[in-house]
Amino acid sequence: MAGRLYTKSHEWLVVDGKTVTVGITDFAQSQLGDVVFLELPNAGRKLEAGESFGVVESVKAASDLYSPATGRVTAVNDKLAGKPELINSDPYGDGWILRLEMAGELPKDLMDESAYKKLTETGA
Amino acid sequence: MVDFGGWELPQQYTSIRDEHFAVRRSAGLFDISHMGRFKLHGDGSFDFLQGLLTNDLSRIGPGRAQYNLMCNERGGILDDLVAYWGDDGFIVVVNASNRERDLEWMRGHAPAGVDVEDRTFEQSLLAFQGPQAESLIPATGLKGLPYFGFRPGKVAGTSALVSRTGYTGEDGFEIFVTADRVVQVWDAILAHAAKQGALPAGLGARDATRLEAALRLYGNDMDEGVNPYEAGLGWTVRLDKGNFVGRDALASVKSEGPKRTLVGLKTAAGDIARHGAAVFKGGRRIGTVTSGTHSFFLGHPIALAMVEVASLRVGETAAVDVRGRQAAAETVQLPFYRGSARSAAATPAKS
Repeated sequence: MAGRLYTKSHEWLVVDGKTVTVGITDFAQSQLGDVVFLELPNAGRKLEAGESFGVVESVKAASDLYSPATGRVTAVNDKLAGKPELINSDPYGDGWILRLEMAGELPKDLMDESAYKKLTETGA
Repeated sequence: MVDFGGWELPQQYTSIRDEHFAVRRSAGLFDISHMGRFKLHGDGSFDFLQGLLTNDLSRIGPGRAQYNLMCNERGGILDDLVAYWGDDGFIVVVNASNRERDLEWMRGHAPAGVDVEDRTFEQSLLAFQGPQAESLIPATGLKGLPYFGFRPGKVAGTSALVSRTGYTGEDGFEIFVTADRVVQVWDAILAHAAKQGALPAGLGARDATRLEAALRLYGNDMDEGVNPYEAGLGWTVRLDKGNFVGRDALASVKSEGPKRTLVGLKTAAGDIARHGAAVFKGGRRIGTVTSGTHSFFLGHPIALAMVEVASLRVGETAAVDVRGRQAAAETVQLPFYRGSARSAAATPAKS
């Protein structure tokens, strides 16, 4: 299993074979503030890399979520319906959002941890 | 940190949810030093304010504060503020975003002999708010202080002017202290009250608690294009007190009745209607959301909306635009929540 990868739109992904687990980064949750609701797709939906698949509503604003890879949704984190605050308290663990079965290759513009850190530190 | 009228303020210190609950159950400490503070000097100050503000200061006296509006000649709201009648003159606390405009307006209307001094930068202002604020504040000299009363006291050993006012719907205090002592006072209040669940609280908790209490926010729920009757603040307009700026315009609004009014809306989990969202009834647009957030304390989103008068009665259903679709909204009684401020208001003055 490879390390965590990141998108410019502040999602993270972990790839294990064809299975991709997706969430939003700690930076993203800290910028959003307390998350109160997520609008998420159902299992089975096909997503293109970069496609908007849902919305995260925080106290401050509604923000779109973008798929970091192309594939089919195999699982959605049910716990978030009742406890959206998991996005804030454990963004890389219990706050995961969905799993994809990847089709094809990963996009080329994903970042590793140090590149993502650089992005957030330059205020992007 | 967010920019708020040119001031950097924390949205939250820890979590908006935790801070919001602290204010409702224990107490929260807010730094509200961004608010404008003016000191009036001169014997004509009372008459000057009576001619500039909508409420009637003759209904209070020294040691009491009063919620007030300042309107233009057309009856549009320039700002909402609190006027404090002090032993050595009046203090006026205004919104941060309006401070410079207010100062210019007040100085432009001040007669010879009345001086308006901006004391915003030498004085800090804290708000300690919550049902337990009275028992948790490390202060002396506040016994029997009535709601909307104020007096000099000592907070954590530091001389301060303390008023029993706030913007959360809860009982509590606003503490005027010199800027060079404020950090010490802040730390001492938290050190004293933390064990009982008090927390430092940021702008997020302030906005959520004021909205639950249906306290209007200038720039969101009202501005120069809104008159006090539309904002549901007609109770602050005393047409019978004599002349004041905007009186004629407000008298005709009152006799004709306002065209619009603020109502409270409640929506389903996740359907947060934000400022500017359209409000519909029967497919027809009837107004606009002025403030909206998720209420952690009530467990659902709430919103204030400015709508055509009599278009929505309590219990009736409307629709609001949420992320491009129409979400159902129920019209509810205001305020959304009545906190401990009401019981503080009912406490008879003992002083």
